[in-house]
Amino acid sequence: MNADNFVLACPSAIEHDVHGTATLVGNQCADCGETYFPAASGCTRCTSTNLNRFNFGRHGTLWTWTIQSFLPKTPYNSGETDASFKPYGVGYIEMPCGIKIESRLSVADADKLKIGMPMTMSLKTYGKTPEGANLVTFVFSPAESDIRGVQCNE
Amino acid sequence: MSNDVAIIGVGMHRFGRFDGVSGRAQGAHAVREALKDAGITWDQVQVAYGGSQDAGNADALANDLGLTGLPFVNVANGCATGGSSLAAVIAAIRSGSADIGVAVGFDKHPRGAFNPLPKDWGLEDWYGETGLMLTTQFFAMKTRRYMHEYGITEDALIRVAQRASRNGALNPSAWRRQEFDYEEVAESSAVSLPLRKFMFCNPAEGGAAIVLCSAKLAKKYQAIPVIIRSAAVRTRHHGSFEVFSPALMAQQVSAPTVTASKAAFEEAGVEPEDINVIQLQDTDSGSEIIHMAENGFCEHGEQEKLLREGATEINGRLPINTDGGCLANGEPVGASGLRQVIEISLQLRGQAGVRQVPNNPRLGYTHVYGAPGVSGVTILERG
Repeated sequence: MNADNFVLACPSAIEHDVHGTATLVGNQCADCGETYFPAASGCTRCTSTNLNRFNFGRHGTLWTWTIQSFLPKTPYNSGETDASFKPYGVGYIEMPCGIKIESRLSVADADKLKIGMPMTMSLKTYGKTPEGANLVTFVFSPAESDIRGVQCNE
Repeated sequence: MSNDVAIIGVGMHRFGRFDGVSGRAQGAHAVREALKDAGITWDQVQVAYGGSQDAGNADALANDLGLTGLPFVNVANGCATGGSSLAAVIAAIRSGSADIGVAVGFDKHPRGAFNPLPKDWGLEDWYGETGLMLTTQFFAMKTRRYMHEYGITEDALIRVAQRASRNGALNPSAWRRQEFDYEEVAESSAVSLPLRKFMFCNPAEGGAAIVLCSAKLAKKYQAIPVIIRSAAVRTRHHGSFEVFSPALMAQQVSAPTVTASKAAFEEAGVEPEDINVIQLQDTDSGSEIIHMAENGFCEHGEQEKLLREGATEINGRLPINTDGGCLANGEPVGASGLRQVIEISLQLRGQAGVRQVPNNPRLGYTHVYGAPGVSGVTILERG
């Protein structure tokens, strides 16, 4: 992606690894081990304020999902209209540490989403700013799409 | 108990859409109806709690009703606003600081889904900007996970919506009075799968008010007072699956509904099987199904069978949302929890007309749930 023509909606939630691949970042309680996404100011389990940065990676499994079928009102900022709106999937992805992270999904087809399926995160465009730059956020896709380089066709 | 509290008056402004009528005017109408029902005047009221989400401060109602100098507290607890207002009035009367109090709620929401701002809920802007902060998504995803874990099918979702429309058609003050058949619900548009259009309630307008007093004075004002056996409000614990959550914890724990319900049953000294008529928060079909079990009225996964057998109908053994619930009445957030208490009061007084639960119900139950994870439960008894 060209750095000049995109805006990352959620810079605080994204961290690039040594290969330049985007991963999700939050924090972890140093006292009880609970993890938070996005980073929390205090641990809601043990009330500690001693938290360290924690990387969740980019792989998980689909824990639950839905399809957003109408154009959300503001503050949604994709720039779409009712006429141009494209439904999008939304799900919670269970990460290896057990946390479930809410995310847009690349798939908006009920026949292609199943609880438990492996998912992988990447940054994708979800809209445009009024100036025409691409708006980008984290989006999970069925893991097969990474291997085949195309969307899951099952 | 000597410090019991009773409902002596109930009043509503019909829920629906009323162009040109302010939310506050609907609230004032509800209070005047409730005062009339109790046979008192506003200047006899010694404390008031109330709330609206989108129609201004509740204490501005004093400009309509009379500037009598009473303490009037504004409450803002999402969908649980009415339940929280009621609990606060009950506590004030129990404490002895007032003999007569009013709980009031009203609202007037714009059409369409709610559009909350992330920063009002302690969240980062991107959560709303990227299209993740919709209550409809939460209800759909919580429902789908619940169906997966407990083997509930779409049949149950359809039957809840159908029964709500059937009861709404019997209720002269309901917003939606058209009974849907099975196919109409099953084929309604997919708003946020697994939930469809007729499985969701809509933001609406309306007002609801309740007059309460010390139970020892109640018969003076109302032939059949309704005694508050318990009223409990609880907020979420770490790890429960709540609306507006960018992430859920590894270990899931019970919802605030479970803790509020347990506290209410314990305080009242009764069991779920003692309850004769029930109001559950039904922002959508899935929520009502989940709430049936979370409030102790059945086991998780048992709901589909109960719905198929007709147990939740007006003539069934677990009559739920006899006035059509949120699904048929819509949801003016500030007023919605009080509507539930009003319906139960009418049922216990034997004044619910064609939707009256048979055999003189003695005990009723109300439950609200609201963002960001607050639940209010009351248990009511015919006095």
